Amino acid sequence: MTSSGIWRAMMGFYIALFFAFLFGPLIVMGLSAVNTPQYPQAFPIEGLTLQWFGVLFADRGLMEGLWNSIVIGLMVVAISVPLGLAGALVMTQVYSRARSLYYLVVVSPVLTPGVIIGISTVIFWRDVAEWTGAQGVYNGIFLATLGQSTYISAYCMLIFMSRLQRYDRSQEEAALDLGATPTQVFFHILLPYLNPALISASAIAFLSSFENYNTTTFAILADKTLTTVLAGRVRQGTTPAISALAVVIILVSLVGAIAYEIMRRREDKRLKAQSDAAAKAELADELIGTVAAQ
Amino acid sequence: MKPLSALMIFGLPIVVLIGFALLAFIERRQGDGPKTAGFVERNGWPVSLYLIFGVGIWMLFLIVFPQLYMVDYSFHPKLPASARGGPRDIYTLENYRYFLYGSTSSTANWNVTHLNAFWLTIVMSIFITILNFAICYPLAYFMAQVAGPASVRIYMLLLIIPYWVNELLRAFAFGILFGTGGVINTLAIKAGIWTVPIDFIGRDIALYAGLTYAYLLLMMFPLYNAIEALDHNQIEAARDLGAPWWRIHLEVVMPYAKPGIASGCTLVFMLAAGALAAPLVLGGPKSLWFTPIVYDRFYQAFNWNQGSAYAIILLLTCIAFVLLVMRLFKVSFSEIAR
Repeated sequence: MTSSGIWRAMMGFYIALFFAFLFGPLIVMGLSAVNTPQYPQAFPIEGLTLQWFGVLFADRGLMEGLWNSIVIGLMVVAISVPLGLAGALVMTQVYSRARSLYYLVVVSPVLTPGVIIGISTVIFWRDVAEWTGAQGVYNGIFLATLGQSTYISAYCMLIFMSRLQRYDRSQEEAALDLGATPTQVFFHILLPYLNPALISASAIAFLSSFENYNTTTFAILADKTLTTVLAGRVRQGTTPAISALAVVIILVSLVGAIAYEIMRRREDKRLKAQSDAAAKAELADELIGTVAAQ
Repeated sequence: MKPLSALMIFGLPIVVLIGFALLAFIERRQGDGPKTAGFVERNGWPVSLYLIFGVGIWMLFLIVFPQLYMVDYSFHPKLPASARGGPRDIYTLENYRYFLYGSTSSTANWNVTHLNAFWLTIVMSIFITILNFAICYPLAYFMAQVAGPASVRIYMLLLIIPYWVNELLRAFAFGILFGTGGVINTLAIKAGIWTVPIDFIGRDIALYAGLTYAYLLLMMFPLYNAIEALDHNQIEAARDLGAPWWRIHLEVVMPYAKPGIASGCTLVFMLAAGALAAPLVLGGPKSLWFTPIVYDRFYQAFNWNQGSAYAIILLLTCIAFVLLVMRLFKVSFSEIAR
């Protein structure tokens, strides 16, 4: 065997090990979802069953939490996407020191632990509710929405910024020369150009909100979301119904991933003229959004 | 609320904001580049209002006011609502004293439980960060420099899929894997490697494995992005000049990928130190991670002032870590937070 052959074999072994580590726990969990024992057990398999999926959908607490998570997710999209867009547009219009200061402030929520954002949101708005007498403000769903929007707006801003980097301002100037007002430029040129980013920012915002636990658990007060109910279930006693939930989530994600891959393939055929390097760079660009979702 | 606090929390940011607007205005006038129109002239009134209100609300009401309010809160004693703002509402360090000494008045004993948990959290977070880097670097390099774009996309999909599963569920999966009746113990006993089930959860091994697993992706992507931008010819050149493989990585690839390494390490450290889900699910009865302690200050002890102080200690630690990484890797903040 040549030395490059050995390298190749080692690399292959390492990659196999890596993905075994990545998927092993999920496969184990998936097995326990269809195994009969009361306690989640992947091995040995004592009998196949789908009863845990029935238990899952009959769990009213989880279903109520799911509904709240969807409501909060939609509200977060409605707040974060406009705020993130405003943040990104202002970023393109400030320079040097003002820009660094501004960047530090608006990106800091991304690097602040989620629990701290949750804590500060609750403390601040509880007292705001007290001063103003507007007790409606001190409400779990509202506070969870605000807390999550704090950092999800920053994710949206990063997505818009990466799209705006490739924005050609000469289009804008052409429109202005032809007599368009700045407002018309905003609605007829900038927004349509940002459309793909608007879609991905909305998707990322919803997903980040949906799966957030750290901020939500502080901000949600007496209400519940899917993740907070789930945390309770996972802690108080383990049941294979939780594994069943994971299986449902993985299946939904897989369908999404396959649909996405098919779309990409089609896109690829159209853009085949592009070189490999360019395609790779574009992929890296897209992934910024996916990373932000975490 | 005291006038001094009110001034610090609400007055200062507004003054800074006005100063900032002025600075932006001046710099735009002096600055280079193709901008001559003013802010309002360039955007038009409706859009300008939207931008100013959008950014203003976000910065002030979502980011700055709550954070500063929390800082102020941590310097006050816990009081019933009626006594707040009264003569007993003084500035105090007692919440921080409690973290150090386990008592608000006496300094005789150290608060061993909390201090230990704090150190353990920091040390283990650093360890997890390094481990994550070691695990991710080879694959990131392989994807960025060796594999073709088609296979990279498949790897990426494979990497992302596990992260669509909620953090809590991933921790739950590790519970099944590492429990005393879990897969690893069952298999090892069947195979005769050990005879009595090992308590992985009590020994925190499950927790560390779960935390390492939880943030792999966040190390992978910054690394991939940074290495991907390196021109492959540089590696070829180093090889042609006779550099051994480890020197190519140490002296060509890694220095180039420094911003990516820095940003991956910061993200992983922050998330590990601030993790709540995995420690709640995988933490043994004796082990304590710092974040669940903060949580307990709020919803078990119901001492929000003390909880704020603990949150600030965590936040300062994270800031210190970012500064350390920036200095160590000689990168700027905007390179880290991309």
